[in-house]
Amino acid sequence: MNPFELTYTSFGERSILIEWPEKVNENTLKDIVRFKNRLKKSNIKSLVDINSSYNSLLINYDSYIENIYDAFSELKALYSVKDSQKKSTCKLWKIPVCYDALFASDMSNFSEEKKLKIEEVVRLHSSVVYTIYFIGFLPGFLYLGGLDRRLFFPRKDTPNLNVKKGSLAIGGEQTGIYPQNSPGGWHIIGNSPIDFFDITKERPCFASAGDRLQFIPVDYKTYNDIKTLVEARVYQLESEVFDD
Amino acid sequence: MIKVIRSGFFTTIQDSGRVGYREFGVPVSGPMDVYSSGLANALLGNDQRDAVMEITMTGPKLLFQSDTSICITGAAMNPIINGVPIIYNHMIAVSKNDVLSFGKLESGCRVYLAVSGGFQTEKVMGSRSMYPNITSKNLVENDDIIEIPIQSRTFTKTYASIKSTNDIFSSNEIEVFFGPEFNMLSKDLQSALQSNVFTISNNNNRMGYQLKENMENNLKSILTGPVLPGTVQLTPSGKLIVLMRDGQTTGGYPRVLQLKEASINVLSQKRVGDSIKFRF
Repeated sequence: MNPFELTYTSFGERSILIEWPEKVNENTLKDIVRFKNRLKKSNIKSLVDINSSYNSLLINYDSYIENIYDAFSELKALYSVKDSQKKSTCKLWKIPVCYDALFASDMSNFSEEKKLKIEEVVRLHSSVVYTIYFIGFLPGFLYLGGLDRRLFFPRKDTPNLNVKKGSLAIGGEQTGIYPQNSPGGWHIIGNSPIDFFDITKERPCFASAGDRLQFIPVDYKTYNDIKTLVEARVYQLESEVFDD
Repeated sequence: MIKVIRSGFFTTIQDSGRVGYREFGVPVSGPMDVYSSGLANALLGNDQRDAVMEITMTGPKLLFQSDTSICITGAAMNPIINGVPIIYNHMIAVSKNDVLSFGKLESGCRVYLAVSGGFQTEKVMGSRSMYPNITSKNLVENDDIIEIPIQSRTFTKTYASIKSTNDIFSSNEIEVFFGPEFNMLSKDLQSALQSNVFTISNNNNRMGYQLKENMENNLKSILTGPVLPGTVQLTPSGKLIVLMRDGQTTGGYPRVLQLKEASINVLSQKRVGDSIKFRF
């Protein structure tokens, strides 16, 4: 039996929103990713685009849905098929980041306000394995779960209009990396030399919902060495297979 | 080829969009007013997916460096070729060295220019729709050279023309469905959405249209969830934001309404100060 009570709602003329109970947790995420993968492998022809978030899947069709109840039944039937007991695996991505003051424009303020030494902020931030819940907001922006409670900090009242590409930031109960220059209201505590979005790749973002991620602190020199390799398109991002 | 002598205020190339990348945070994009862009392609016998030029508020000045046929649809902006006015919704033959320019915007907001076979700008991730950090340009700029298909000069004069329905410009009714969080609204707010007149603010672009009126509320924020073009979000500060074609793929504000697709086209032709009413 599936443990989740899902709601199916029509959303516009060509989309269906499927919602799980409003919680952020890994069991929900696993169930969403499982259903999403199954939908991708299904032969529902008119299905063109699927995106997910903490507790929902949005299914987009290429034309108007003729009979919404038939569409719901088709999806429900697909959801309730039992899985063969295969163990699922995912990737653990190791993302180099530099917490150096050259990048971390909000670090000193952050450490003062939180009454934590900068080294302590770095230790708490880089010792966790984060879970990638979904990609949204900007192309390649990863929504991560797992930030240490001691680093929770309300967003800025007024967003910064030009946050630099690669900025590593904390906002509220979340942490993330800006994949491109963008306005943003989170506190900047470092920068990563990695490209989170590459239009030349068939999969423009290396990560998927359900993967894990760890930040690896590097010094300024190493940051620059990696940046050079990234720009020359020869940098090999480290990852390992992670048993779920 | 077409040489851009002057680009206009905000001119982009748009085709049917970048489908299948929402899971990476990439919006579909595409013409704001799909009705008008589709009409332009249809009148030239183009594929509906072919790329058109979307012209916003002020028109470009374009020099044709080869023969082709064009069609202009959408907002009324007094187009002229070599100084002679041309009509809308009609296939028009253009010759090498002709210059197309536009006059004052009379009504609507966005004009569509289609060329035979479609504009051949760079294709990234399956689409020519310009979008920041995905295509190398996110706007058509002065002095750009834009490729168009070479057309052999076998242009047969056609008399076919279409009388486009003017509803899209005259209507101020925006048809909507209830959004996923409509029920979080108080009865007062629900009826305000159904009966009040709303005004387009100056904060409007391809990503979203913010409305001027304030809808004071104490809604709790929701877990960030998927949004679509046409999703109407209500912010804690009381602003209604209608997401448009380049809107983000997920959002954390309650989704109170969802526009019907035809109404996204209607809204795309509205500009600052225009008023709208939601019809359920």
